[in-house]
Amino acid sequence: MTAPMISQADGYNFAYLDEQTKRMIRRSILKAVAVPGHQVPFGSREMPLPYGWGTGGIQVTAALLGTDDVLKVIDQGADDTTNAVSIRRFFARTAGIATTTRTAEATIIQTRHRIPETPLRADQIIVYQVPQPEPLSGLESSRTETSRMHGLADYGLMHVKLYEDITRYGHVSISYDYPVMVGGRYLMAPSPIPAFDNPKMDRMAALQLFGAGREKRIYAVPPYTEVRSLDFDDHPFRASRAPHTCNLCGADDSYLDEVVTDDKGGRMFVCSDTDHCEERRDGR
Amino acid sequence: MTQSSALPPAPPSSGGVSNEISMLTVSGLNKTFVLHLQHGLKIPVLSNINLSVAAGECVALVGQSGAGKSTLLRSLYGNYGADSGYIHVRHDNETVDLATAPPRAIVDIRARTIGYVSQFLRVVPRVATIDVVAEAARDTPPEEARNRAAALLSRLNIPARLHALPPATFSGGEQQRVNLARGFIGAHPILLLDEPTASLDNANRDIVIAMIAQAKAAGTAIVGIFHDTVVRDAVADRLYHVVPIQDVI
Amino acid sequence: MADETLLSARGLTLHFGAIPALVDVDADLWPGEVLAVVGESGSGKSTLLNVLAGRMAPDAGAVWYRDPIGALHDVHAMPAPALRTLHRSDWGFVHQNPRENLRMAVTAGGNVGERLMARGSRHYGDIRAEAISWLRQVEIDAGRVDDFPRTFSGGMLQRLQIARTLVTHPRLVFMDEPTGGLDVSVQARLLDLIRTLVRRLGIAAVLVTHDLAVARLLAHRIMVMQRGRVVESGLTDRVLDDPKHEYTQLLVSSVLSA
Repeated sequence: MTAPMISQADGYNFAYLDEQTKRMIRRSILKAVAVPGHQVPFGSREMPLPYGWGTGGIQVTAALLGTDDVLKVIDQGADDTTNAVSIRRFFARTAGIATTTRTAEATIIQTRHRIPETPLRADQIIVYQVPQPEPLSGLESSRTETSRMHGLADYGLMHVKLYEDITRYGHVSISYDYPVMVGGRYLMAPSPIPAFDNPKMDRMAALQLFGAGREKRIYAVPPYTEVRSLDFDDHPFRASRAPHTCNLCGADDSYLDEVVTDDKGGRMFVCSDTDHCEERRDGR
Repeated sequence: MTQSSALPPAPPSSGGVSNEISMLTVSGLNKTFVLHLQHGLKIPVLSNINLSVAAGECVALVGQSGAGKSTLLRSLYGNYGADSGYIHVRHDNETVDLATAPPRAIVDIRARTIGYVSQFLRVVPRVATIDVVAEAARDTPPEEARNRAAALLSRLNIPARLHALPPATFSGGEQQRVNLARGFIGAHPILLLDEPTASLDNANRDIVIAMIAQAKAAGTAIVGIFHDTVVRDAVADRLYHVVPIQDVI
Repeated sequence: MADETLLSARGLTLHFGAIPALVDVDADLWPGEVLAVVGESGSGKSTLLNVLAGRMAPDAGAVWYRDPIGALHDVHAMPAPALRTLHRSDWGFVHQNPRENLRMAVTAGGNVGERLMARGSRHYGDIRAEAISWLRQVEIDAGRVDDFPRTFSGGMLQRLQIARTLVTHPRLVFMDEPTGGLDVSVQARLLDLIRTLVRRLGIAAVLVTHDLAVARLLAHRIMVMQRGRVVESGLTDRVLDDPKHEYTQLLVSSVLSA
């Protein structure tokens, strides 16, 4: 445990939310786990941060946290960005729990837009922040109709989108939030993680939970569940990454961020997962 | 849909034409039109019609205008319904009563047993003449049907350059010949002809006479209305007088 | 000639408030047969089509569909997923307004391919080839496969809808005024296309139309509806040329030529 223990702030319930709200969220989580990939409505609360900053993920995390949990929060793979730092500090203060930047040390990892490079274990839970839980939202505007499509597993339309992409660009142009089928039944939005991370979701040992605060939906992928990225037989899914190595640690298999270093076109590629990069540089 | 039959079973086919085989037998046929829009006015047209036509035989319906020749011919095609009596048709070596047959059976009978040449050509607009004719061929591969259609049209003096055009713009005589080609290409065992030569010149009329004779020789039973006595004399084996019903009820 | 019906309805009754939309309607459809339902606006013909297709539930009566292996299904008692599957494979529905069915923001190829994909086709090349083949069959230039429907004329849109519907080789197609709203010259071409495809593929169809000429050219049998009741039915040309019922006589005498 690298993070210092901070005692819980006065005047707040443990982990900010009251116990009844946490119960309500836990019930939704249980239902979500029972029906993998299915979006379960929940009574999303107002949180002390704006929509789009992870209100859904925070509520799921709040409902999960126990006193002995160790929390890691990442935003785009980094532990040191504003959103990650704020949320980590929020729970350190309202729950008094331990936090970490080390993937391997965390029991709960809340994430925005990435899955850590280090494989997750069965005793860990990853919580995704989700802006739009409905994978069909851009194709079918009616919620009633998308619910019906999920109910009847009528997903031809999603393949039409892929068909149109290949027709227009020669390949599927979706590079993040790439739709997946969960357990061969529900079409699911994996949240805006890069398509590169999709294969990590498949049969992951850790429980994966998804929280959408503004849209008031929770969904889940239980451990070891099949998660398949949609594709065509003759245009198979490919997890693509920038064709470079990390300028800091030299990794040639991690997801890279492109960093502009000056205004003369200078740039470098570095691991998006800061913890992964540091551990490699530390020569573990 | 096979009805109990008053007819004897068909004799074994000898391959030749036999007058023994009755292809069409009408018995006690009555038909009255009821015009509801004219306060239920009843117009009896056919009364107790009895008629039998053998394979290879041509019967000409005669009678004054309005006597009901056309009504009878249309009744034989199932186009008009019969009020009573029966119209026994030999269909697939069985006897079917057209007067009581369900619509589906009539569709089947028309597809395979009874052909009809009306006075007017009624087809889907903008379909090529050759296709109009070819699609009337029964159980024939498309390519062969088109070849036969082309041959028939040419025989009827519809030049090849017109085959690809829809018949809508054709002259009355040309349309009638297209209609004839349509009626003959199916080689139905029973053929009903309604004024098949009405608007034809002598040369084409003779061609039609030859085609009718050929169909008869092949065993086709024919019932027709021929105002043209030359044609009638040339093709008819018998005349059937349709007598007008004077008294309107 | 098959003796078993593809679709049978008995005693269909449906009221919209006090208005009888269907009153004790029976209907049968055999494989490969085209049945026209005619009548004026408000006669209940479109309601009948929707009830037969399972899109609208009757107050009373039942609709039975016989699947390819011969099993009978009560259309209105079927689980929704099974009915949906039926609608995207064995059945098709052609709307009067093709925009109701087509996806206007999806290319012609994607529109035609959707039912294939919904059915589980997962080979882009095959789907595209099939889409092109169907565009040709409905006389749309194959070069338009990547164009959006909004660039198509009304007649082309209707033909595209037909391609989109027939691509899975349905056994039964419901058509609601398929030639309505089109220019007369375009109608003729579409009629010929529908007739040719229905005949070649052996499709059975229930065709709702107010146009008796369309019914005459396409349908084997016809049902005449008035105020929710079937007043007369039978062989198409017999009903039109020798109508028995007063209403049918009125209908036939009201058109210029049918």
